[in-house]
Amino acid sequence: MSWLVALVCLLSLSAQAAWNNPYPRGWVHENTLFSAFSAPPKTLDPVKAYNSNEMVFLGNIVEPPLQYHYLKRPYQLEPLILTEMPTSSYDAATNTTSYRLHLRDDIAYAPHVAFGANKRFVTASDLAYAITRMADRTNGSPILDMMLPLIVGMSDCVKQFDALAKTNTWRDYRNRQPSGVEIIDEHTLMIRIHGVYPPFVYWLAMPFFAPIPWEVDQYYAQPGMREKNQSWSWLPIGTGAYYLSENNPNRRMVLQRNPNFHADFYPSEASPDLPNNVLDDAGKRLPMVDRVVYALEKEAVPYWAKFLQGYYDASGVSSEVFDQAIQLDAQGKLSLTPVMQEKGMQLLSSVATSLSYLGFNMLDPLIGQENPNAKYLRQAISIAIDYEEDIAIFLNGRGLVAQGPIPPGISGASEDCNPITHQLNGTQCVRRSLLEAKTLMAKAGYPDGLDPKTGKALVLYYDTVSTGADDKAQLDWMRKQFAKLGIQLVIRATDYNRFQEKMRAGNAQIFTWGWNADYPDAENFLFLLVGSNAKVETGGENASNYHNKQFDALYAQIARLPDTAERRALIAKAVSIVREDAPWVFGLFPQNVSLFHGWVHNVYPNLMANNTLKYRRIDVEKREQAQALWNQPVLWPFGFIGVSIIGLLLMLWLPPYRKRNEL
Amino acid sequence: MIQYILRRLLWLFPILLMVNLLTFILFFVVNSPDDMARAQLGNKYVTDAALTAWKAARGYDLPLLWNTNAVGWDVLTQTIFWQKSVQLMVFDFGVSDAGRAIGADLAQRAWPSLWLALPSFMIGLCVNIALALLLVMFRGQWLDKLGLVLTIVIMSISGLFFIIGGQYVLAKLWHWFPISGYEPDGDVWRFLLLPIILGVIAGVGSGVRWYRSILLEEADKDFARTARAKGLSLWQVMHRHVLPNGLLPILTGVVAVLPLLFMGSLIMESFFGIPGLGSYTIDAINSQDFAIVRAMVYLGAVLYVFGLIITDITYAWADPRVRFGDK
Repeated sequence: MSWLVALVCLLSLSAQAAWNNPYPRGWVHENTLFSAFSAPPKTLDPVKAYNSNEMVFLGNIVEPPLQYHYLKRPYQLEPLILTEMPTSSYDAATNTTSYRLHLRDDIAYAPHVAFGANKRFVTASDLAYAITRMADRTNGSPILDMMLPLIVGMSDCVKQFDALAKTNTWRDYRNRQPSGVEIIDEHTLMIRIHGVYPPFVYWLAMPFFAPIPWEVDQYYAQPGMREKNQSWSWLPIGTGAYYLSENNPNRRMVLQRNPNFHADFYPSEASPDLPNNVLDDAGKRLPMVDRVVYALEKEAVPYWAKFLQGYYDASGVSSEVFDQAIQLDAQGKLSLTPVMQEKGMQLLSSVATSLSYLGFNMLDPLIGQENPNAKYLRQAISIAIDYEEDIAIFLNGRGLVAQGPIPPGISGASEDCNPITHQLNGTQCVRRSLLEAKTLMAKAGYPDGLDPKTGKALVLYYDTVSTGADDKAQLDWMRKQFAKLGIQLVIRATDYNRFQEKMRAGNAQIFTWGWNADYPDAENFLFLLVGSNAKVETGGENASNYHNKQFDALYAQIARLPDTAERRALIAKAVSIVREDAPWVFGLFPQNVSLFHGWVHNVYPNLMANNTLKYRRIDVEKREQAQALWNQPVLWPFGFIGVSIIGLLLMLWLPPYRKRNEL
Repeated sequence: MIQYILRRLLWLFPILLMVNLLTFILFFVVNSPDDMARAQLGNKYVTDAALTAWKAARGYDLPLLWNTNAVGWDVLTQTIFWQKSVQLMVFDFGVSDAGRAIGADLAQRAWPSLWLALPSFMIGLCVNIALALLLVMFRGQWLDKLGLVLTIVIMSISGLFFIIGGQYVLAKLWHWFPISGYEPDGDVWRFLLLPIILGVIAGVGSGVRWYRSILLEEADKDFARTARAKGLSLWQVMHRHVLPNGLLPILTGVVAVLPLLFMGSLIMESFFGIPGLGSYTIDAINSQDFAIVRAMVYLGAVLYVFGLIITDITYAWADPRVRFGDK
């Protein structure tokens, strides 16, 4: 009993905040946004970081030259640390395009010990420094091989650093930039690229191109810094709305308002399809939240429970809690359950700029391009795999069946049905019948799914990394889809590394793959099917090893053109070729669903922007009230437990219960 | 005795070298540096040049065991085995594949692990012994039978159930504790109470049964009966004679486990968001950061061997009849 009393006393002493408050006292009363991360970022070095769990932090710390307009759709670039959008000019004599970037003169880095007490402003040489740093392979930039054939002089620059001996000392990248990167004056930089490639400007909206101050680079290269985790990877510095005041990827990451942040204001224009109150804060100074706390939360259950208690301002919706939070109407539209509505939650859903597809290895003799009839086999399978059912069963309706390779919201995305797999019924695309698929099977030479060579069911092989017990249901479902055509699907489950090996060697037959857009342009999806990117031949991103000369020629044209009606027509033509050849079953575009409490404002889906924290606003008072209401400790169990213990002791004391064994 | 200790300590080196070698074979033969590089570099735009650069930056471009291009001692030292595994022998853990200093992380994470594991273990030990003693005192009576049923029920339930159930009832429904989290300052107890309570409850089943069987064995011995016959009360017999004699096997088990408490609890730390060494290991496995996994395997082996040595020493100290090497 005494321990219970002690426990109550201890808890009472700490009762300034609710007993279950998981933060340092006081934080919940301040203008702080609370969120969580489930996997620690691997690196926050601007030249390296690429994963979405890294961009969440880095996107708000560093600023590349451009950003995506927060409220305009389709996605639109705008200057971030530049005075205007880069101006480009093509030089036919050298077949190069020059981009002129003019920096604002009020952009300063967050305070850092390497700057001393001075306010350090960004110059054009910092942008050049970042590009040069990218050219050094020891820094491990994932986009270097993309930029290598693009930026003039990049190859020579890489060779220059490759030739240097491996040391731990600082490499000063000043004045060693590629010949295509020219510092015109303190605030103007010229970047020349080979040929014409309009999507290049999208790369300028990624942290790879954020300015790097040489002083900090030199500071982190000092002996002993790495051993203390003092490096670009763990303490990045930039000009963003926030700086990283606490970086403990083992426990918590804290972003604090950057005192040197330049003038930046909430947008005053928005797409008409966004809600009416979207411009309530138009013209207000950014950022609106002083501190953003990300706590490490690996398990979905405690994350969700803390969100319901009001200790997280936002949460995703895992399949475990989906029914509790979301309901689907007859049209399949997502809405909040009454319980969530009562708590004042906001639902945010948007189709991701990602694609999950089933690929066929086009080098495979049975199902690939070598066999002219295999096209019909691939088309039949494309019809038979019922992705509508897949989305309903395994994703709780959170996805959209793909009619082509380009996700909605991106210019050039297919708005029509894929005529191979679907037909238009009213306004909806309806999957073609199994009968049509079976006809295609017969055309392919496999009537009723029988292999004429063996007289038995055709056997196909599906390579996957889904090896867990949880994946069994989905794999069984996939077997069933093929069985509809009489095909026996053999699952070859393997670990990630072996799977990658198979893909590189072209030994997989059918596989699942995905792509997350780097930038909102159809080119970023179509290049996944270009012959010059075939994985087996070149190690590129064309995992199906698909080759079609007509498609390749169209792609080359698309990549050179700006977003015009002519370009969109070419995209439609390229998509129709791919639909016909069916190197992929297009699969689905996942739908992101997240919940926000009513006290969080200015939350709108923008899947391309990484720096959206600065637009958030919190109603701290409303949050405090909700937390107080939702977290009152329940005291009766203390009494119940106390009485039970006393009762048990009395029973032991009283005869006949106290009779003991007498040894 | 001193000779024995010295001999055991000398045995440490070949054992740890073997552990190192086996770990090395496991990690570098089964999982090549190329695999590691691909796991770290992700899915997009990974080229051969990028792989080569990644390996070179981390020293994975060296030969595995023997460098034929080197001269002198370098044929041994300029190898992955020397650079990555032998260095562990002097507790130089190097940097993780993601670039963080492992030594600094270990130093930071050992404390939360210890803060959770040590109280859980000590409180659990006291509670288990006390309950076992109570059951022995009431041997064959209703309390003993009830206790046995309850302990079997607790043993049959997965530890995960206690964690999720405890979080649901005590933290979510009754709002007594934070569901998860950790603050290393003065507030630390608020975050540790719930996992400690749940850890103790989850361990009661097996603990009480184990200690009960040990104490019963002692209680059945002649000295206990003689003491009782001489007029000592049951409490005195249990407290003064049975418990001290029963402590010897208990001590053996306890001391062997103590060093391993540093390694943390894999599940507990993950569910309660405690940034200890257990969750460090899990994270490393999930992200395929084998530099960390290697370091943790080695550290675990060192602590385990060290624990066994301490156990032997304690055994000799606790029971004067035990003498090692004496003829």
